[in-house]
Amino acid sequence: MPVKGQTASGPLLAVSNLTKLFGSFAACNAINLQIEPGEIHALLGENGAGKSTLVKMLFGVLAPTAGEIAWQGEPVRVASPSDARKLGIGMVFQHFSLFEALTVAENIALSMDRNVSLARVADEASRLSHAYGLPLDPKAHVADLSVGERQRIEIVRALLQNPQLIILDEPTSVLTPQEADRLFETLQKLKAEGRSVLYISHRLEEVQRICDRATVLRHGRVTGACDPRAETPASLARMMVGSDVAPVTPEGTNIKGDVQLEARHLSVPARTPFAVSLKNICLKVRAGEVLAIAGVAGNGQSELFDALSGEYPVADDNAVQIRQRPVGTRNINARRLMGAGFVPEERHGHAAVAALSLSDNLVLARSQSDKRAFLGGGFLKIIRQSAVKAATRRISEAMDVRKSGEDPPAGSLSGGNLQKFIVGRELDRQPSVLVVNQPTWGVDAGAASRIRQALVDLAKAGSAVLVISQDLDEIFEVATEIAVISEGRLSDPYPAWELSREKIGLLMGGMYAKTEGAGAAHAH
Amino acid sequence: MRIELEKRAQVSALFSILSPFIAFALTMIFGGIMFALLGKNPAIALYSFFVEPLSEVWSLHELAIKAAPLILIGVGLSVCFRSNNWNIGAEGQFIMGAIAGSILPVVFYDWQSPMVLPMMMVLGMLGGALFAAIPAFLKAHMNTNEILTSLMLVYVAQLFLDWIVRGPWRNPQGMNFPETRTFAADAILPEMLASGRTHWGFGFAIIAAVLVWFMMRYTLRGFEITVLGQSARAGRFAGFSSRKMIWFSMLFSGALAGLAGIAEVSGAIQQLRPVISPGYGFTAIIVAFLGRLNPLGIIAAGLVLALTYLGGEAAQLSIGVSEKVTRVFQGLLLFFVLSCDTLIHYRIRLVWERLAAIKTDGSH
Ligand SMILES: Nc1ncnc2c1ncn2[C@@H]1O[C@H](COP(=O)(O)OP(=O)(O)OP(=O)(O)O)[C@@H](O)[C@H]1O
Ligand SMILES: [Mg+2]
Repeated sequence: MPVKGQTASGPLLAVSNLTKLFGSFAACNAINLQIEPGEIHALLGENGAGKSTLVKMLFGVLAPTAGEIAWQGEPVRVASPSDARKLGIGMVFQHFSLFEALTVAENIALSMDRNVSLARVADEASRLSHAYGLPLDPKAHVADLSVGERQRIEIVRALLQNPQLIILDEPTSVLTPQEADRLFETLQKLKAEGRSVLYISHRLEEVQRICDRATVLRHGRVTGACDPRAETPASLARMMVGSDVAPVTPEGTNIKGDVQLEARHLSVPARTPFAVSLKNICLKVRAGEVLAIAGVAGNGQSELFDALSGEYPVADDNAVQIRQRPVGTRNINARRLMGAGFVPEERHGHAAVAALSLSDNLVLARSQSDKRAFLGGGFLKIIRQSAVKAATRRISEAMDVRKSGEDPPAGSLSGGNLQKFIVGRELDRQPSVLVVNQPTWGVDAGAASRIRQALVDLAKAGSAVLVISQDLDEIFEVATEIAVISEGRLSDPYPAWELSREKIGLLMGGMYAKTEGAGAAHAH
Repeated sequence: MRIELEKRAQVSALFSILSPFIAFALTMIFGGIMFALLGKNPAIALYSFFVEPLSEVWSLHELAIKAAPLILIGVGLSVCFRSNNWNIGAEGQFIMGAIAGSILPVVFYDWQSPMVLPMMMVLGMLGGALFAAIPAFLKAHMNTNEILTSLMLVYVAQLFLDWIVRGPWRNPQGMNFPETRTFAADAILPEMLASGRTHWGFGFAIIAAVLVWFMMRYTLRGFEITVLGQSARAGRFAGFSSRKMIWFSMLFSGALAGLAGIAEVSGAIQQLRPVISPGYGFTAIIVAFLGRLNPLGIIAAGLVLALTYLGGEAAQLSIGVSEKVTRVFQGLLLFFVLSCDTLIHYRIRLVWERLAAIKTDGSH
């Protein structure tokens, strides 16, 4: 698939003095950036540095306040995504935009600027997806697909427009390592064809692995450019954050208290045709412990979270115990009142409501657990805005949440900053039980280490912490115990020091047969 | 060809505020064109439609009387719509409220007591709420679409009213007219102001609007309504129940529609007839949206739409057009309100290309 219309030399895209103001806040401040044909260009920066804002301007989703964009040497105005697609720019967003009830082919057809028959789209998509090693079934319903497969739809959708520049905003934060490796092969293919890629990621190892050049943003300004291959992850992190990233120091004590969170033979039938059923899950988390649950996404993690949090109470009251009291049938607020806190995986529309202010989003999680402080007026339950705003300020400071204004809508925060707020919202209560699903996805290296440290510290202070995560680095950094979830079953827990990546890998791939196999191999 | 709506990169704050006014101006322009096509002088017609009814004290009272049910129902609907429940059947709940509230003055007509009036109001609210409980139950427990069920129940209510005033409740001294007996003095909602006919229904409407405004703005209940309307999943995380919210919002809007019904009957008509509403329950949907689902905005929007009713009657008398013109204006207004709001957030793009091949483009 050769690229047509390629001019001989000069940058493919040149951005000069590009600026975006939100009110008086400069999310992007006089940015200069050049992308050469056939390079994979990394865009690095801490949460809220302005990366997504910059690429949204390149793709015509946001209108720049000032500055110029030149495409193949010509100044252009990108007023809308269809303008961008016409120029030859394709984009895969940080948050997907797919219709779950539609098929893959229908979703792709929706984004096409032309009237093309569905059959054509399906043919073309499956041909492209094979050519680039992104297998997809055009007739599958999106709701049935894993996050990795959904992302492939977005990529194939972008490729169908035959773009010369493909922008990927944090494509790997939701992928398994295997899925990420596949993506890198695709990117290499694209590069070999002379296309350019603009790549945003917080995972510095992969930036080093696949990117030719990197531009670093801080507080909306370009603060440096480098050849990532000549750097180390630590030096890249320093360029982004401006200081060294503190390593997480694991717990110092081995004192373990009483069991604070327990699941006893927890079985939950699948709620929808696309959900996973939980099968006889047993787990115990003591005060002072961090139990990490590893596993490939879509193996029952969110269902387990729902059952533990009480968003969907279960039939058997004894199946879930918080501080040794049965709560299986109790709702989420009853569990919060017993000292538990919860951080779901999905930020938008689950942990937070994008259109509401941060302080409203604080009330969202804490209206009952903090009703003395936050509610007044007796049965009228008037929300005490001053108390809520003060707590919002406190959390934002503690977690270093960067935002444009005192109390902006949650949707205007960068992904990572919203995540910091959502985690901080629970930590601020000092919960005695904390259940968190994917604590750091989309969070920059500095903030991720701070969040992980906070989880470790919370356990050290005597709370029981359950972390569900796909990220093995994270798991090894925080966990005292590790268990693996696969197809709705949970393995026995192992002390963290006893497990290696390989052993976790074995446990992930259907543990029953393989743990026995591994156990047998040990015995010999 | 295909029409596409494309999200705007920037939403203008100015136009968000101006939108209802632009919609109103466009309605005027198109209304003027319509009058011109009917062979009337647009300036005179618009004057007699929109200005004349405001020029006298008695007609201002008429305006308040017409606005009262619109505001009451609209305020209830705003709670419903904000929580993402789509009660389209307020017209039916209005009628059922009127019937339930009329039990005392029609069936127990010889019971005289100062308690009659308050009890009528309570019964009216109960009647509206119970009628709204049907679509609420169907949605909460059977997952049916409340738009369809609540709408279809309107016809049930209308036919039930028609039957009851011709049959069991017909006035025995009424020379076979399809009407109930007229209400006794203590079943009639008194006037609010010394200067004219405006009855307490208007007072109820203003009180309801202010209370709901307070609830939405300051209380946890209002917060719950907003959250569940935005995202059921986030609401569940907060510990709010979508199912309970279906019940609450439907019963609440039903009760206010029922109160509007009995207030209208007891304050303005003073008996039941086969038709007691010129479509207040439907017009209130326009009121709710024109008022931006904000109870204080709904007071203003209710007055504007009440004017279209008065204007229709006035224009019929003074320039001889059909009072159906009212309907046209209401339709225009809803159309322009919704399209202005849409165009603030989206731009329209016409896509002309046909079947241009991916093949030539993505030459492989
Ligand atoms: N619509 C908006 N209104 C107001 N402020 C905004 C808006 N969108 C973004 N911002 C602000 O601009 C800044 C940059 O946000 P952006 O999403 O570009 O960050 P990012 O570099 O992509 O971060 P992350 O790594 O967390 O995704 C943030 O501080 C954010 O609060
Ligand atoms: Mg971003």
